[in-house]
Amino acid sequence: MTTSVNEAAVAIRGLKVVFGGVVEAVDGVDLTLERGQAVALIGESGSGKSVTLRAIMRLNPERKTKIGGQILVAGQDVMALSAKGLRALRGRAVAMIFQEPLLALDPVYTVGSQITEAIRQHEKISAADARKRALQLFERVRIPSPERRLDAYPHEMSGGMRQRAMIALALACRPQVLLADEPTTALDATVQIQILLLLRELQAELGLSTIFVTHDLGAAVEVADRIAVMYAGRIVEEGSARDVVLNPHHPYTIGLMRSRADGALSKGTRLKTIPGSPPDLANRPPGCPFAPRCFLAEDRCRVDAPAYVAVEPGHRAACWRTDAAHAAFAGDKARVLEAAV
Amino acid sequence: MLSFILQRLLTVTPVAIGVSIVCFLLVHLAPGDPLSAILPVDATQETIDAMRTAYGYDKPLPVQYVLWLWHVLHGDLGISIATGRPVVQEVGRAVVNSLILAFVATLIGFTFGTFFGFVAGYFRNSVLDRAASAISVFGVSVPHYWLGMVLVIVFSAQLGWLPPTGAGPDGSGNWRPDLDHLRYIILPAVTMSVIPMGVIARTIRALVGDILAQDFVGALRAKGMSEFGVFKHVVKNAAPTALAIMGLQLGYLLGGSILIETVFAWPGTGFLLNAAIFQRDLPLLQGSILVLAMFFVALNLIVDVVQTALDPRIERG
Repeated sequence: MTTSVNEAAVAIRGLKVVFGGVVEAVDGVDLTLERGQAVALIGESGSGKSVTLRAIMRLNPERKTKIGGQILVAGQDVMALSAKGLRALRGRAVAMIFQEPLLALDPVYTVGSQITEAIRQHEKISAADARKRALQLFERVRIPSPERRLDAYPHEMSGGMRQRAMIALALACRPQVLLADEPTTALDATVQIQILLLLRELQAELGLSTIFVTHDLGAAVEVADRIAVMYAGRIVEEGSARDVVLNPHHPYTIGLMRSRADGALSKGTRLKTIPGSPPDLANRPPGCPFAPRCFLAEDRCRVDAPAYVAVEPGHRAACWRTDAAHAAFAGDKARVLEAAV
Repeated sequence: MLSFILQRLLTVTPVAIGVSIVCFLLVHLAPGDPLSAILPVDATQETIDAMRTAYGYDKPLPVQYVLWLWHVLHGDLGISIATGRPVVQEVGRAVVNSLILAFVATLIGFTFGTFFGFVAGYFRNSVLDRAASAISVFGVSVPHYWLGMVLVIVFSAQLGWLPPTGAGPDGSGNWRPDLDHLRYIILPAVTMSVIPMGVIARTIRALVGDILAQDFVGALRAKGMSEFGVFKHVVKNAAPTALAIMGLQLGYLLGGSILIETVFAWPGTGFLLNAAIFQRDLPLLQGSILVLAMFFVALNLIVDVVQTALDPRIERG
């Protein structure tokens, strides 16, 4: 990477998150989010993607969590922030969209009051002006009859509308960095696409830098410039969205590609899955964490953890056998082509 | 909102009618003839029959009920056998005294219960939590009449700070909000507040723990809210349940204070009920039970309405 750390919107260096002294949920993550860029963090449940995201705002429960490494937001060291500095960062410089808006909004306050509350937490502004801003935000995220919806309670809105309100809330204080924690997982398929399109549009227009957590490869390709694939608390492959999807070099990424259903599955064929389950994060085996499930694993994979290999400029994978993996994926593609002919 | 209240009132009516039937039947369910308490043992059959006609006991039960209900609706609960005064007067005075005691006790219990509950809920599994939980468990489990006696021994007999019994210095049964009377209410109110304090503290501890574990609390922090700002949200989320518990506790205190009122000779409904039972004063017993039962019905109604006003998720209408 050519840009210096200070210029990045978010720079994570060697992040380690340990819960309760034993569970290594995140184990050495390096990630850089350039300004105006969107990065997708992909992985299965428990791979540490949400924990990484929350660490950027120090939202993991502080008493039970030990965090190592460095997180810089616009050059500012998040770990060194005072309680006051942290409050100024949260919502203002960095905002977050949550997976399930029904749970992330306070049920006994109207949606509008939750937005004005956020605005007035960070800015000296009258209640009437804050409400005006909230109304503009509702129009911006295209909530129908916005004036009326401001006075609605979360349970009175549909899922898609709630997520739009959540986005409006996140944008209330004009943040530079937007963190989205599986923003479409809890929604209907048709609504998912609308929300993804809205997010992409807002990101481009407002020049937001976005980190997206998702386990949906399709959603990641839709919104992200770069994709980072996480497994067992580590990034196993990272590169531009195009490179990672079309030219994967890590067996886990290839496994994810193979296990996509995507309409290509004809009746009677089995959905391909990755056998086994992720390792116990409280009791990590030596070597590569993916080795026990990997179709290419050999002896050294179970002994030494692989370092990153730059397979192309700006595209890295943590695997001893990137070439073999790449060849296997090329074979996949060839078979698909053969079948098509 | 008004239509909601009216609707609740309509649903409450059958409950109230049921309660009145039970109260009416009490006289007939109690062993022995209702008149045996007033009549001399050697009364002639003619006297008994005359009394029966005078009290209306010769008519069929449904007719008796309607007549009784008619009187009740006109504020006539009959004449106390023991004192010869109208039951309404006796019960009315006792209800006022009991209400005052129950309100003061609930206020004390709610204040301390809420405080301990929030402390315990916010600092779960810490030393503070254990101390607050120990106090609330003590409050729920200690026999309150025993606690009352202990308080009397310590603060009245030993230290001589507070009067041990009665509602006022003159021995009259009417409590007034002045300094002299205030001294009399402290011991019974504190004794009575211990159970609601424990119940409310435990409820709020669990409630606060649940609320703090919810996603929206994390989302509030992610907005940059201060801890005090988050606290306000927690309070508003806890309020409907806390108020419901408080209302029910107030209801229990209104009816369930026979032991405490007897220990402190507090001239309330419990004291009155106790006297009515031992003197076989059936009209008084019937009247006080009816009034107490109606209190519960009214309290539940009020709690329902207040809860609906506080929590937008409860459907109105």
